[in-house]
Amino acid sequence: MNANIMEQAEIAYSGAMKILVIEDDREAAEYLEKALAEAGHTAHVAGDGETGFALADSGDYDAMIVDRMLPRRDGLSVIAGLRSRGNTTPVLILSALGEVDDRVTGLRAGGDDYLTKPYAFSELLARIEVLNRRAASREAETVYRTGDLELDRLSHTVRRASQDITLQPREFRLLEYLMRHAGQVVTRTMLLENVWDYHFDPQTNVIDVHVSRLRGKIEKGFDSPILHTVRGAGYMLKAG
Amino acid sequence: MALRLPAIMKTTAARLSALYLILFTLCAVLLVFYMTSLSARMLTGQTMETINEEVQGLGSAYQRGGLPLLVRTIERRSRQPGANLYLIADANGRILSGNVQSLQPGVLNTDGWTEIPFSYQRFGEGADRRNTNSADPEPAQMDVEARHNAIAVVLRLPNQMIVMVGRDLGEPERFRAVVRRALMVALGMMGLGAALIWYFVGRTALRHIDNVSEASRRIMGGDLSGRLPVTGAGDEFDRLSENLNTMLARIANLNEGLKQVSDNIAHDLKTPLTRLRNRAEAALSGQQKPAEYRAALEGTIAESDQLIRTFNAILMISRLEAGYSAEAVSKVDLAAAVRDVVELYEPVAEEAGVGLETAAAGSFIVDGNRELVAQALSNIVDNAMKYSVDSTEKPMVRVTLERVAGEIRLSVIDNGQGIPDDGDRKRVTERFVRLEKSRSQPGSGLGLSLAKAIMKFHHGRLELSSANPGLSVIMTFPEREAGK
Repeated sequence: MNANIMEQAEIAYSGAMKILVIEDDREAAEYLEKALAEAGHTAHVAGDGETGFALADSGDYDAMIVDRMLPRRDGLSVIAGLRSRGNTTPVLILSALGEVDDRVTGLRAGGDDYLTKPYAFSELLARIEVLNRRAASREAETVYRTGDLELDRLSHTVRRASQDITLQPREFRLLEYLMRHAGQVVTRTMLLENVWDYHFDPQTNVIDVHVSRLRGKIEKGFDSPILHTVRGAGYMLKAG
Repeated sequence: MALRLPAIMKTTAARLSALYLILFTLCAVLLVFYMTSLSARMLTGQTMETINEEVQGLGSAYQRGGLPLLVRTIERRSRQPGANLYLIADANGRILSGNVQSLQPGVLNTDGWTEIPFSYQRFGEGADRRNTNSADPEPAQMDVEARHNAIAVVLRLPNQMIVMVGRDLGEPERFRAVVRRALMVALGMMGLGAALIWYFVGRTALRHIDNVSEASRRIMGGDLSGRLPVTGAGDEFDRLSENLNTMLARIANLNEGLKQVSDNIAHDLKTPLTRLRNRAEAALSGQQKPAEYRAALEGTIAESDQLIRTFNAILMISRLEAGYSAEAVSKVDLAAAVRDVVELYEPVAEEAGVGLETAAAGSFIVDGNRELVAQALSNIVDNAMKYSVDSTEKPMVRVTLERVAGEIRLSVIDNGQGIPDDGDRKRVTERFVRLEKSRSQPGSGLGLSLAKAIMKFHHGRLELSSANPGLSVIMTFPEREAGK
C-alpha cells in the first residue's frame, strides 16, 4: 500500500513534461530551454505570438510558459484564443507587470498561474511542475496520503501512523496544499499565495516559521522526516 | 491698436456684443419711427380738431348772418396772428379773401379734408421777400422757401363759393423734427456707449485670455511651478484659472513624484548595484575554491533579490500615488484582515519572544483592496516587532481596531524605544528614509512609505505618534458610505 503511493508520487514528480515557451527575448528563451532540459523536461520555443499560437494549437503540450508582451500577437490574446478553441493546456504567464489588477487580468484571460519578472528559475520550475495536469486531478480526491501521513479533507482530520494529529485551521490548509503537491517542490511564494492568498512579499520569513511549526507536529515522535526543505527553492512533502 | 481690432473680433465676447449691438440698433430705430409717427399722428389729430372748431364757429356765423358775416368773421380772424388759415374763393378758385396768398394748385378742387399736406404762401410773407430780393435770379426757389405746409378742410357754399379753413403744419413738423433729432442723438449716444462697452469688455476678455495663454506657454516651456493668474474677481475666468491651477498642481505633484522616483532609483539603487558588481568582480579576481565561488554567487543572487524587492516597492508606491485602477477596490473586512495578518506573524512573534495582541471586536467593513490593506498592515506589524525587541520590559505589539470619531482606526503600538524625535517621526514615512539605529536592520526603507501610499489610496491617513516609550502607528480609514 505504502509502496504503491510512493510510486505514484515518484511518477508525478519525475514525469518529464513537454513544455511550450512563447518568449520573444531570445536569450531568456534559450536559458529557459536549457534549464528546463536540465530539469528533465522538453521545451519548444516560439519567438512571437502567432508562431506560439500555431504551435500550441497543433502540438500536445503538458504546459505552456507565455510572456505577456509579445510581437505580432499579445500573450493574453494567444491564451484567450487557445481557450476559445477548447485548448486546456495549463498556462504560466510571465510578465513584467506585477500588480494585483495585472494578475487578475492575466488569470481572467485564461492563465493558470502568473509569475512576475524577474523571477528565480527554481520558482518557475516549481510552478510549472505544479501546473501538471496530474496535480489538478488530485483536486477531486477527498483523502490525501503520503507515506504513513493521511489527511481527510472532509472530516478535517490528520493522522500519521494511525495517530491523530491536531492542527490549527491554517496549518491544515498548509498541509493540504503540500500533500496535494506531494513529491513536488513548493516555494514559499506559492504557499503564501495558495494558503494565505497574499501576493506580496512579507519581508520576514514568516512562511518558514509556519512550516517548521507544522513540521514539528507531523514529524515529532515519528521515525522518519516527511516534510523536506529543498535548498534554494522551498519545501517538498515526500515519504521516505 | 489697429492690429488688435481683428483679434478682438475673434473673441466670443466681441462677437456676442456685435450681435447684441445690431439687435439693439434695430430695436432703437424701430422705436424712433414709432415714437415720431405716434407723435405726428397725435399732433395731426389736434390740428384737425382745431380746424373743426374753427369750421363750427364759421358755420354758426354763416347761419347767423349769411355770407357777409362769414366774410367779415374770416377777415377778422385772418388778421389775428396764428397758425390758422382762412380763405374764400369764388367758384373758379380765385382767392377773394383770407390770409392765404397762393396755394398749391388743385387743393381747392378737393371736397372736405385734404388728404395730404399741401404747400401754400401766406399774405405778406412771399411778397415782401420777393421785393427785397428782386435781384435773385431764381425767384421760384424763394417761392418754395417761403411756402409752408398745411392741412385744411375745403367746403363749398351753396352759391358755389369755396371756403377753406386750414392750419399750418410748421409747429407739428418742428416738434416732430425735435423729437426725431433727440431720438437720433440718444440712439447715437447709446450706440457709441455700446460700442465702447463692447470694445472694453472684449479687450478685457482678450487680455484675460492673453494672460492665461501667456502663463500656459510659460508652463509648457517647463516651468511647472507657474500658475495661471487669478484676479480675485470670482468671475468665470477666475474659476477657469483656479480649476486649471488645481490640475497643474496635480500634474506638478505627479511630476514631482516621478522625479523623486528617478532620483531614488539613481541614488539608492546604484549603491546596491555597485555592491553587486564589486562582489562579482572580487569573486573573479584570483583563484578561489568552488565553495567560495558558490558563496559569492549566492550572495549575488541575494543582493539582486533585495534590489528587485526595492524596485517593486518603488513601482508600487508610484502606481498607488498616480491613482490605482478602481477595479481593484471592493469590500474589505478589516477585522478579518487584522486576524489574517496577526495569524501570519504570530509564529514569528512567538519565536522572537514578542507578545502579539489583538483587539478587534465588531464589524469593520471598508471599501478598499484586501491585498493592499494586508500588505500595509504586515509592513507595520513587521516593523513594530523588529523595534519592540529593544524594549526594557517584555516586548509587546498591540493591534487595535476601533471606531473613533466616525472613523475606523487601526493602530499598531509597540513598547520598544520608539522614535523620540518629532521630526524623525515625520520623516520616517518618506521614501528611503532610514533612521540611524535602523540601518543595521534588514529592509529597504520603503515599508512605511508604501503603507502611507496604501492609506492614501484608501482615502485614509497614516500617522505616527509616540506611545511612551514605544511607537504608535495609526491607520485611519474613512467609514464606508451607506447605500453603496
